[in-house]
Amino acid sequence: MSANLPTPLLEARAVAKHFGGVKALRDVSLSIRRGEIYGLIGPNGAGKTTFFNCMTGLYVPDGGGFTFDGTPLVADASDKAAARGIARTFQNIRLFGNMTALENVMVGRHVRTRAGVLGAIFQNAATRAEEAAIRQKAIDLLHYVRIEERADDLARNLSYGDQRRLEIARALATDPKLLCLDEPAAGMNATETEQLRELIDGIRRDGTTILLIEHDVKLVMGLCDRVAVLDYGALLIEDVPAVVQKDQRVIEAYLGA
Amino acid sequence: MNFGRFFRSTVGIATLAALLVALPFVAAMGGQAWVRILDFAILYVFLALGLNIVVGLAGLLDLGYIAFYAVGAYTWALLASPHFGLHWPIWAILPIGAGLACLAGVVLGSPTLKLRGDYLAIVTLGFGEIVRIFLNNLNAPINVTNGPQGITLIDPVSFGAFKFSGTTQIFGFAVSGPQKYYFLLIALAILVIIINLRLQNSRIGRAWQAIREDEIAAKAIGINTRNLKLLAFAMGASFGGVAGGIFSAMQGFVSPESFSLIESIMILAMVVLGGMGHIPGVILGAVLLTVLPEVLRYGVGPLQMALFGKMLADPESLRMLVFGLALVLVMRFKPAGLWPSPVRRRELQETGK
Repeated sequence: MSANLPTPLLEARAVAKHFGGVKALRDVSLSIRRGEIYGLIGPNGAGKTTFFNCMTGLYVPDGGGFTFDGTPLVADASDKAAARGIARTFQNIRLFGNMTALENVMVGRHVRTRAGVLGAIFQNAATRAEEAAIRQKAIDLLHYVRIEERADDLARNLSYGDQRRLEIARALATDPKLLCLDEPAAGMNATETEQLRELIDGIRRDGTTILLIEHDVKLVMGLCDRVAVLDYGALLIEDVPAVVQKDQRVIEAYLGA
Repeated sequence: MNFGRFFRSTVGIATLAALLVALPFVAAMGGQAWVRILDFAILYVFLALGLNIVVGLAGLLDLGYIAFYAVGAYTWALLASPHFGLHWPIWAILPIGAGLACLAGVVLGSPTLKLRGDYLAIVTLGFGEIVRIFLNNLNAPINVTNGPQGITLIDPVSFGAFKFSGTTQIFGFAVSGPQKYYFLLIALAILVIIINLRLQNSRIGRAWQAIREDEIAAKAIGINTRNLKLLAFAMGASFGGVAGGIFSAMQGFVSPESFSLIESIMILAMVVLGGMGHIPGVILGAVLLTVLPEVLRYGVGPLQMALFGKMLADPESLRMLVFGLALVLVMRFKPAGLWPSPVRRRELQETGK
């Protein structure tokens, strides 16, 4: 590695995870640099989401660990990961269905705000100012992902594509350094996928590093700066898309040859 | 229906206030028993709104809520009765009662943090029963609670020389004990309504709702679910503790019998029936479920006499039958509660199309 490369934002060192006898992750090591869009692909069951869950604190890895922004990630609670600056979306969308779109994003500000019970009850100036700031930031984010006119609708009544966007807006509300998207294009048509591509590109341009898990190979290859391929829980290759696409092992893993 | 907007206008508030002030005097025409029923209706509003924080906002199904009410009631009973010869003032007992109930909330909350839904309901149900059984048996070797006999001659609420028991002349009006408690309870209820409203639309309230909706997603955006669930339990419990203290003082007598499982279920029914998480709905639920059984108690007997000329069924059991039927009908035709939040209502109409 040459010295002029930027320091990695996230480094995974030999991360292992097994469920009973199934080795979901076998010593996966990779690094995500600041400001890049990093793709993580692989066939179904390759361990992509398991890797994600280990990183965001939903699972505790059985071996190895993560370094985020220069300090180790304590991998036991996902709320701590969010506080450190790792935000995620879910493969099967997990919104707060009976809250409005705006409230969903407002709740995303929780980890960056402070007001407690006493503030809420006595409505002191600091609490009111914070509340106004939360609301404004949430409205801005809804504009950013272009679903501002659905602000007062219940999240569960939004269309599929809008729900995906809302989940991204909610994740962005936590001011993440690293935004992890778990199959954001799943179930989207070509137009929606193209709009999503623009959105993700825009988020990166505005300074957030992105980790993208995706099945849509075309989207990944067109969008990502570097791509890692997982197969049976092991890392096959980590390189720029052009190299990955031509790699014989990757082709075999995907075609099952 | 635009009750919500009406109640927010000045005319609406003035009308409502006038009604609330007149109510105990109108009820007194039917006898002081009806004023006492009103008192209980408001006490249950207070309790139901406390439980609403736990069940409606944070989504934690708590079937042992009455335990906190019991803690508050016995705190008052022990600190202001001849049982220990203590007669502490209200400003000391109420905070102690609320504090102990709050502590009990944390004690119940901490081991149940990982439980959800049915499992949580079973554990909280058990907790409620444990508290009741403790109260029933803590009369030996040291007599703390006086066991099943309960504690009698409990001091009424008083501020200085002003006592809430007995009749007082105020501006030439004779105001009875239950009527005085009515106004005290109304003041407390308004306080708890304001607290509920403000919590609901706050950072903490939103986090509770997020936990209710999806705990994993809530964690992923950085909400400390453990602390917030404990906070919900503790807050709900403190309200229960305050209500218990007032109950104790109002009745002048407490015994473990008042804190049975059916009481917890009734309070939960008030929250669910009225409209979970919607404050006006919860208030409506609490008032209806307190007043309706009493109306039936006084109404079912005479009605049978008028219709059939004789008593066909025991009024007491018929009362519960009618009451049960009413609950089933509400759940069948108004599944979101009698007065659900506007968003929920719109939601149900949309799915109904």
